[in-house]
Amino acid sequence: MSSATSNAANPAMSMISRINIQQYVVYVGFLAIFLFFAIVLKDSGFLTVRNLSNIVLQTAPITIMAIGMVFVLSAGEIDLSIGSTVAVAALSAAVTMNAYGMIAGIAAGIGAGVAIGLVNGLLVAYVRLPSFLVTLATLGLFAGVARSLTNLRSIPVTDSMFTGFFGSGSLLGIPSLIWWTVIAIVAGHLIFRETRFGAHVLATGDNARAASVSGIPVPRIRLAVLVISGALAGLAGLLYAGRLQAAKYTLGETDLMTVIAAVIVGGTLLNGGKGSIIGALVGSLMMGMLNNGLILMGLSVSDQMIVRGLIILAAVAVSLREKLR
Amino acid sequence: MNTQAPVLQLKDIRKNFDAVVAIENFSLDIYPGEIVALVGDNGAGKSTLIKIVSGVYGPSSGTITIEGETVAMSSATMARSHGIEVVYQDLALADQQAVYMNMFLGRELTNGIGLLDRKTMISETEKLVKELDVRIPSAHATIRDLSGGQRQGVAIARATRWAKKLILLDEPTAALGVAETAKVEEIVQSLKSRNIGVLIISHSLDQVFKLSDRICVLRRGKQIGIRKTSETNKNEIVSMITGVN
Repeated sequence: MSSATSNAANPAMSMISRINIQQYVVYVGFLAIFLFFAIVLKDSGFLTVRNLSNIVLQTAPITIMAIGMVFVLSAGEIDLSIGSTVAVAALSAAVTMNAYGMIAGIAAGIGAGVAIGLVNGLLVAYVRLPSFLVTLATLGLFAGVARSLTNLRSIPVTDSMFTGFFGSGSLLGIPSLIWWTVIAIVAGHLIFRETRFGAHVLATGDNARAASVSGIPVPRIRLAVLVISGALAGLAGLLYAGRLQAAKYTLGETDLMTVIAAVIVGGTLLNGGKGSIIGALVGSLMMGMLNNGLILMGLSVSDQMIVRGLIILAAVAVSLREKLR
Repeated sequence: MNTQAPVLQLKDIRKNFDAVVAIENFSLDIYPGEIVALVGDNGAGKSTLIKIVSGVYGPSSGTITIEGETVAMSSATMARSHGIEVVYQDLALADQQAVYMNMFLGRELTNGIGLLDRKTMISETEKLVKELDVRIPSAHATIRDLSGGQRQGVAIARATRWAKKLILLDEPTAALGVAETAKVEEIVQSLKSRNIGVLIISHSLDQVFKLSDRICVLRRGKQIGIRKTSETNKNEIVSMITGVN
């Protein structure tokens, strides 16, 4: 046993240094950006409760989609189609709701997300096409569907119960968007970290062959993560529709990059086998804070895009360095 | 030679892929606590045979009997459910997961409400690696932080955890250094006391003579013969493998 402990010194050391860099980069980054804005923007209202809670509210759909993306990336796949899934889901919900009421509208929104996830998942899991190409194609395809659904028109969402439930309402003094975020994070974290399904997702993304010879139904896992991602993008669409009281084909158009950045910054590996739901939440709040701060600083939209792009580059660099080590 | 019933009986196994015969007339009994080595040149049919025993291929004809019961296996999952575990040449471990999660890969334990029972998995892992003297930093260690020998130790420990009848070892030391090979051989040797059968494929005759009780030689899909290790020598085995006297 004594030689075991001396043998252990080296791997243990390398493990500690790895944990330091990888696990905490998101928290350090989050704090750094927060402190930076708190100092630079202290006279511009960054630190007000109203502004900070606005950041959380605006981030809700991104956080919800990020949870799905953690599952997808951890399983070694990717879902680029969420950007247009949001719009299709929101429009389906709005149109259906205006004709058949709230429940039907919710079902249509989530159903649209699940259906797109099924299309992606079946092609990836059973036809064995790469998810990058499948979801790139469906991203374009459903962007077209979103445009043609209502001929580019914006659809009002007037059902006050719906807008309360998914948008501006609150329960016990807490805004509904925060409820959705908390519920999704807790459920997502539990399923990802504490169930066999979560373990199988990680194993599939880590070493699909090892997972397969160990009896894990790899194709079913791949299908499941893409359906989860589609369903959560559908929920994000409902949240947008509820908050904006309207659905439009442009909803979610620019979210894909933000979601992937949030998830990668949060410690999920792009190539699978490792992920964190809590990290994704912090990453997503960090992205929201960044957006908010850059606007308050008076940066133009184009400058904001450049800064965000640079942050994503840095995040991917850290993630891939980790994998190659 | 052995009063116990064999854990595995292969009788007249034949496997052909269309017109190509990969294995014919192969018969072998493996007894509990026995290590049988399968040797032969490249293309002799060792891999095909391993795949038949591990359930990946069904034999074209012949019977597989496990503890007196004839079985038909059509998947690795079925072989596992009959108590047969395979340690693959390339390990089949999930590199970024902890040792204990690999130990229970695909067979994770859960508690009453369906959540992972990490505590039990960790303590069982610690107990087993200690018994087998697999020297790893801890059950929490990530696989990729381990050396090749430690990884192979984990793979064998996993097979040991689940195998009720037989462990198949496919070139368990092919990728290892000298010291690590010795350690893994020690672990394999210790499996004998667990009353399960071991079928090992190896290219190293030194290893075969060190570990096995019997040696089974294959050449071009044909079973050339089975020898007790104590009653044969390397020259005889080499000439059986090559067909040159």
